[in-house]
Amino acid sequence: MSQVSETLDAGARARSSLSWPGVQQAIWINGLWAAAAWAAAALITAGLPDVVPWGSAGLFAALAGAGAVILAIFAFAVPRLGRFGEGVAHYGPWLIAVGVWFALWELTTAKFGWLPKPFFSPPHGLLHVYVAEAPRLLICIGYSLRLWTLGFVSGIVVGYAAGVALGWSKQFSYWGMPVLKLIGPVPATAWIPCTFFFFPTTFAASVFIVALSSGIPVAILTSSGIASVNRSYYDVGKNLGANSWYLISKIAVPASLPHVFVGLFMGLYYSFAVLVVAEMLGAKYGLGWYIQFQTAYSGYANVYATLVIMALICAGLVKLLFVARDRLLGWQKGFI
Amino acid sequence: MAPGEAALRVVRQEAARNVAVGVHGVSHAYDLAGLQLPVLDSIELSVAAGEFIALLGPSGCGKSTLLRLISGLDVPSAGAITADGVRIERPDPSRILVFQDPTLFPWATVWNNVATGLDARGTLAKERWRVDAALDLVGLCSFANAYPHQLSGGMAQRAALARALVNDPGLLLLDEPLGKLDSLTRLSLQTELMALWQATRFTAILVTHDVEEAVVLASRVIVLSDRPGRIEAEFAVDRPYPRHRDDPDLVALRRRILATLGLDT
Repeated sequence: MSQVSETLDAGARARSSLSWPGVQQAIWINGLWAAAAWAAAALITAGLPDVVPWGSAGLFAALAGAGAVILAIFAFAVPRLGRFGEGVAHYGPWLIAVGVWFALWELTTAKFGWLPKPFFSPPHGLLHVYVAEAPRLLICIGYSLRLWTLGFVSGIVVGYAAGVALGWSKQFSYWGMPVLKLIGPVPATAWIPCTFFFFPTTFAASVFIVALSSGIPVAILTSSGIASVNRSYYDVGKNLGANSWYLISKIAVPASLPHVFVGLFMGLYYSFAVLVVAEMLGAKYGLGWYIQFQTAYSGYANVYATLVIMALICAGLVKLLFVARDRLLGWQKGFI
Repeated sequence: MAPGEAALRVVRQEAARNVAVGVHGVSHAYDLAGLQLPVLDSIELSVAAGEFIALLGPSGCGKSTLLRLISGLDVPSAGAITADGVRIERPDPSRILVFQDPTLFPWATVWNNVATGLDARGTLAKERWRVDAALDLVGLCSFANAYPHQLSGGMAQRAALARALVNDPGLLLLDEPLGKLDSLTRLSLQTELMALWQATRFTAILVTHDVEEAVVLASRVIVLSDRPGRIEAEFAVDRPYPRHRDDPDLVALRRRILATLGLDT
């Protein structure tokens, strides 16, 4: 029976593949367009001369060409790849747009010089930065991640503890809330003069500034989360014999977690924003330091290339935070 | 629901623990932005151990306030409330309040919700079986790992009941626990509640708006007046359990109570 229906299906497919809808079923049309756009970017990069040489043009053309070949293969393979194919096909319009963007970017910068050096850089200019500066950039990434991790982690730990205390205790809230509201809107970088006095090393001062920028939103949102917990949850807890510690740790903390995550997301963005400034404080390496160093020497291509790295790291950390949130707040599904 | 023998052990540990309640001259007022709003006025009430009392009255007459005072979550402005002759000053797991909303913790599974009391008092490790038995008692064994948002209204209220019963309370304070359920679920839960009380005889004080529910479940019905609430009338419901809601005596009693409440039918 199933064999018969399979043959029938195959026959139907063979017949329908002659018609336009049949072609659409057999080939991922957007994939072809994307391949064409990437191929155009590759040809423009390799075929036209640079107004001013940037380096790595051949490498970029080769990568874009390889992308075009892969997309062309996908154009025929995607309809047969099931779930994975659907996932790829979903990004079809984006893949076309990226190809077109690369082609236009090449034309306006390197090829016609409408957007001139050194203010603008073609994509292969950025690629050349990665090729030429890889060792230095890797060290900078390591330094920045060390500073960011120390600052962010200590910031959210202290911010969270302060937020719980502020949300739970009337005494803490009376003294702490006005202070928090006053210093909250002050940019973390405004504390640089004091930090020079208080901290033994400039690195410790930088960690403090990153910690402050991530800790304040976490503290504010944690305290508002704890304060807005449904009072009847506490009634239930007290009635069942819970002491204060149990009410805090097993009721207030989990109940306020959705708020805390909003604070964590805000803290993550703020901490990245101040990372550049924090690395002004006598740092020898770091992405922020590298950006400032290159800006001073008009190495804008290096600046853009570094910004791309920072954006990717930040997006990756945001993604990680989302995964953590979905795991911890699965119980919220019924509410969102 | 037919609770198994094993399941019943969870609330049958010490039958003698059933609590007698005395409410002596209790008045209570809420402080609303400096304005005193009296809600209860000189309430005198005594509830024998193992009795099932229903409190009826118009909205806002202080029925729920009285339950909160008996639970110990609030302290009365005047007068005293005793449990077995001892003045109530703070909440205690021997007197458990079940709210109109199930107020289950949405972040915890049904099992962990039911385990809350044992966990809070540090006896969970030795008494895990009580949680399973309490879930069995309310027919929720297969939902032990579900989260509250996955339960229907009736199931959520059963889970809340299990969370109370697992502590073997001597007094159950029921604040319109069936008030928000659809009428069919309400009828079946009334029957379950009756069976449960018959099997265990914990002292129960039920606040309800449903006169039929009151006469079917309770051995005594107390009617409170408009705010500030005073005891206006008291009706003994002298019919054997299990009761049927069509029992002519109960129907007649229901009519008398409705008349007291100003609703002639």
